[in-house]
Amino acid sequence: MEEKLKQILAEAGQVLAQAGDLDQLNEIRVRFLGKKGLLTGVLRGMGSLSAEERPKIGRLANEVRSEIEDILARRTAEIKEEVKKVRLEAEKIDVTLPGVAFMAGRKHPLSMIQEEIEDIFLGMGYSIEEGPEIELDFYNFEALNLPKDHPARDMQDSFYINPEVLLRTHTSPVQVRTMERTAPALPVRIIAPGRVYRRDDDATHSPMFNQVEGLAIDRRVTFADLKGTLQAFVERMFGPETKTRFRPSFFPFTEPSAEVDISCVMCGGSGCRVCSQTGWLEILGCGMVHPRVLEVSGYNPEEVTGFAFGMGVERITMLKYGIDDLRLLFENDLRFLAQF
Amino acid sequence: MRVSYKWLQEYVEVDISPYELAEALTLTGLAVESIEEPGKDIQKVYTGKILKIENHPNADKLVICQVTVGGEENLQIVTGAPNVREGQVVPVAVVGAKLAGGLAIKKAKLRGVESRGMLCSGQELGLDPDTMPADQAHGIMILPPDTPVGLDVKPLIGLDDVILGLELTPNRGDCMSMIGVAREVAAILKKPLKMPPVNLNEPAPAPEDRVQVDIEEPDLCRRYVARLLKNVRVGPSPAWMQQRLRAAGMRPISNVVDVTNYVMMELGQPLHAFDYHKLRDGHIIVRRAVREEVIVSLDKAERKLSTDMLVIADPDGPVAVAGVMGGLYSEVTEETTAVLLESAYFKPVSVRRTSRDLGLRSESSSRFEKGIDITGCRRAADRAAALLAEMGAADVTEIVVDNYPEPASEKTILLRPERVNHLLDLQLTGTEISALLARLHFKVQDDEKGIMVTVPGHRPDVNIEVDLIEEVARLYGFNKVAGTLPVGAITRGARTYPQELALRVKNYFSRGGFSEVITYSFISPRVFDRLAMPADSPYRNVVALHNPLSEEQSVMRTLLFPGLLEVLQRNSNRRVRDGAVFELGRVFYPREGEPLPEEVTMLAAAVTGETPGGWNTRPMVMDFYFLKGILEALLERVGVQDVSYVPAGDVPGFHPGRTAVVRAGEQELGVIGELHPDVQEAYDLDQKVTVLEINFDRLIQVSGAPRRYTPLPKFPGVDRDLAVVVRQDIPAGELIKAIERAGGTILRNVRLFDVYRGQNIESGYRSVAFALKFQAEDRTLTDEEVGKKIESITGTLEKEFGAVLRK
Repeated sequence: MEEKLKQILAEAGQVLAQAGDLDQLNEIRVRFLGKKGLLTGVLRGMGSLSAEERPKIGRLANEVRSEIEDILARRTAEIKEEVKKVRLEAEKIDVTLPGVAFMAGRKHPLSMIQEEIEDIFLGMGYSIEEGPEIELDFYNFEALNLPKDHPARDMQDSFYINPEVLLRTHTSPVQVRTMERTAPALPVRIIAPGRVYRRDDDATHSPMFNQVEGLAIDRRVTFADLKGTLQAFVERMFGPETKTRFRPSFFPFTEPSAEVDISCVMCGGSGCRVCSQTGWLEILGCGMVHPRVLEVSGYNPEEVTGFAFGMGVERITMLKYGIDDLRLLFENDLRFLAQF
Repeated sequence: MRVSYKWLQEYVEVDISPYELAEALTLTGLAVESIEEPGKDIQKVYTGKILKIENHPNADKLVICQVTVGGEENLQIVTGAPNVREGQVVPVAVVGAKLAGGLAIKKAKLRGVESRGMLCSGQELGLDPDTMPADQAHGIMILPPDTPVGLDVKPLIGLDDVILGLELTPNRGDCMSMIGVAREVAAILKKPLKMPPVNLNEPAPAPEDRVQVDIEEPDLCRRYVARLLKNVRVGPSPAWMQQRLRAAGMRPISNVVDVTNYVMMELGQPLHAFDYHKLRDGHIIVRRAVREEVIVSLDKAERKLSTDMLVIADPDGPVAVAGVMGGLYSEVTEETTAVLLESAYFKPVSVRRTSRDLGLRSESSSRFEKGIDITGCRRAADRAAALLAEMGAADVTEIVVDNYPEPASEKTILLRPERVNHLLDLQLTGTEISALLARLHFKVQDDEKGIMVTVPGHRPDVNIEVDLIEEVARLYGFNKVAGTLPVGAITRGARTYPQELALRVKNYFSRGGFSEVITYSFISPRVFDRLAMPADSPYRNVVALHNPLSEEQSVMRTLLFPGLLEVLQRNSNRRVRDGAVFELGRVFYPREGEPLPEEVTMLAAAVTGETPGGWNTRPMVMDFYFLKGILEALLERVGVQDVSYVPAGDVPGFHPGRTAVVRAGEQELGVIGELHPDVQEAYDLDQKVTVLEINFDRLIQVSGAPRRYTPLPKFPGVDRDLAVVVRQDIPAGELIKAIERAGGTILRNVRLFDVYRGQNIESGYRSVAFALKFQAEDRTLTDEEVGKKIESITGTLEKEFGAVLRK
């Protein structure tokens, strides 16, 4: 009997080694270990053994069973691993095929830049104010120290509805409207983004464009603060390496007034076509709020000071994205819009 | 303003290069926008005398000139210029010369005749033809006959000069003159200013000469200086003067006219020269034009005057439009023998209005309208007279009338140094501030309250303390002021809810595949016809522009979506046929009795065509239901409750059967629908278009319902599908409402998942299938309980809509 058991073990080892899939393994398990299997068959003959031999053979039979089970388990694992390998191999895909087409949408580049400008100033404690796009001559010009027949009105050719009402030519009237509402409370820190209109239409002018106005009023706001604030803005917007320069200029509603140039974003200041070889790009106008504007708006210019600035969103957008034709921004060509 | 670097040296010693000067001027407030070097490319052009001119044997329009440029041999040069004469001195480009634009001169044969060089026009030498004397504008440049031969022409005609183009701000009228710019340069470089000399030798007047000036409108003409010059010999002005006028961008005309222009460019005071004998009795009357009065101006145009306009007249009628342009009748001509020079101060606003109303801008009006130096009128008249006398063009007489009814008083302003330092965040002493102002020719005097500053006559733009602070700041240097951030109370920097919502909506649409567009706020009134709006449509009540650029942009929009249709059309023309676009912007409704219209922010979107498909995905048609899905999800996200879509019927511009009014409770938010086929055709679009237009301001009000957590279900739910056959015209929305009503609290969710028409369904009917989810919070539902509800739902549908359960 002992011989027989050993023979069963050897035979099982052999067929298990040859088995190729899980079904075969199962067959083998049934053939050797099943209720009607070979091992059971041998054990059934135990009754004919002597009392001394019985435990010995019993032990041996158990060892054989356990050994076959071990081999079975090992083979099962091996075959499973193999099957998995084959499956994974078969499941291979071409990962270079494009993904599911997702409809690409974008915010308008002007919106994105406006939002970026807003976020920079929101971070410095400014809030956002809005005002009407169709405005009274009073707010658009007169309250800003631009009386009728002032030569500086030539700088802003306007669309009129009637002699007293026009499409605002800048976002500056929001300054006055805001101050009128807040005076005499302090401090005032606002920006006013929005559409503005000028009667000009050529390669470098659009009759409608976007500005962001800024205004800060307090007991001690200085020209140095104006410079620092705009320097901070420029560095956030165009990168910390960007240089700024302030040039004296003229706006009727600020004094002193300045134009702000930044070192050219294309050439870094060495001179190129974009900056007309000057190394500088004009990006905004600013100044200290004119005492008459403060007065008209309800603040006492002897007690408070303030600064104001205004920038063109188109200009900054074109510089940021390297757009060389203003008209693209209002043509709304979907192939253009999809690039941002 | 064009500033000649060479000419400038006459008034101030400039010891920096033109480029350094440009930078310095720019940084103190006179922006230099161009730097021209007209003679940069030019080489080997010499003065030459034409000795002999012969006809060309083979060409009618060419002549052969023998020219000497001082060498041993004469040069034979063929030219086609019509204005060459023997004995003239002209610029000659010899073989090897370079001309403007890089043209190189080589030995050549013209129609068989050898030519060794070229006679040059002003243009070939880089000069603007508009600044050439009329007879030379289209021919060879003629130099004065006494010019020596063989000289380099560049210094003679100003080609060794550098011209700075200044872009002046409107407040700096004083810098529309060489002396004004020189004053700035002197201040920057800390150099003295050299005023031009005035040497008058006045002979006694002839007894019959008489000049009288009556100012009837002293408010519009505060000063009028008239100076008489006799024995006038009209001819060309000297070369040096022509050269300077050319540098300034002006055309030399005659000695008298050139001197008036020269002094205007030099001192900033516009002058006018009348032919004295054309003025009746030498009598000048400064008055308003009378009704229907007419004058023929120097440019030979007849000008109708209005009573708002100031004229210079003699007893017979107007002889000039004050400060704007002279009249043709009293113009100085070759026959003129006596000249009356005008040097006056006219009120800026008056000149500005007159020049605007006449559509006539001149060098003179652009100076008067910015305000000139009233104290300088007499000096300018004297300077011009002295120049004419010096040139031998006229004799100065003693006759000068200076009618100055109310001499301007000196303007003094108190400047407090602490105010300067407060505003600029500097620590300047009073002495430093005074020194800066003195460099700009302000008179300063210490006072117990600060510095008393006297403003010179050439600075009418300086009126209050802050004007002086600006002067201090710009000369001190803006770039020497440090940058700081404001100190003070912390402020809240945050978007308001409407601003935040606008941003969320933009983000939502763009992430959902829509491109944001920005279209003009002004549209064509024809848009309403294209949309087939009835004549009484409220949308036709528009805010119209008084002075539009074109009819296409002449009224303010009352709707957004037509702009989107134009965008789709433009893209379709460019073969981009599929599109999903949106815009958030304002529309404008006139308000009765209010000066300003109502501005309402609207949200519009439009879709056409299909979504992009892929190798493993089918494109989706962007139709009504596509756009509706986008809108439904948006409204859900921003917390709008009780949303309904009501069949709209006839809405102008929309498909009558495919349009819904969008409501939130009782509030109407807007409309969503397919474009009417006629409108689609009118916009030349070949695919269907669905649009929505929502009142964003109203959306703000109904949005923002608070989000509250509901506990997740503890007991399992039961899913049942239900399909019913109903008449086709019964809205699915009504079925859903009925199901929800009948289903009660245990009906958690109704989802419509199928609509079917066709085989097995009677025509005029459709099958609609719903997935229902039943669930209770406190127990597991039994089949029986759910079955009862289903029965009650089917019963309701049957009773209300005649629905039949589809088995």
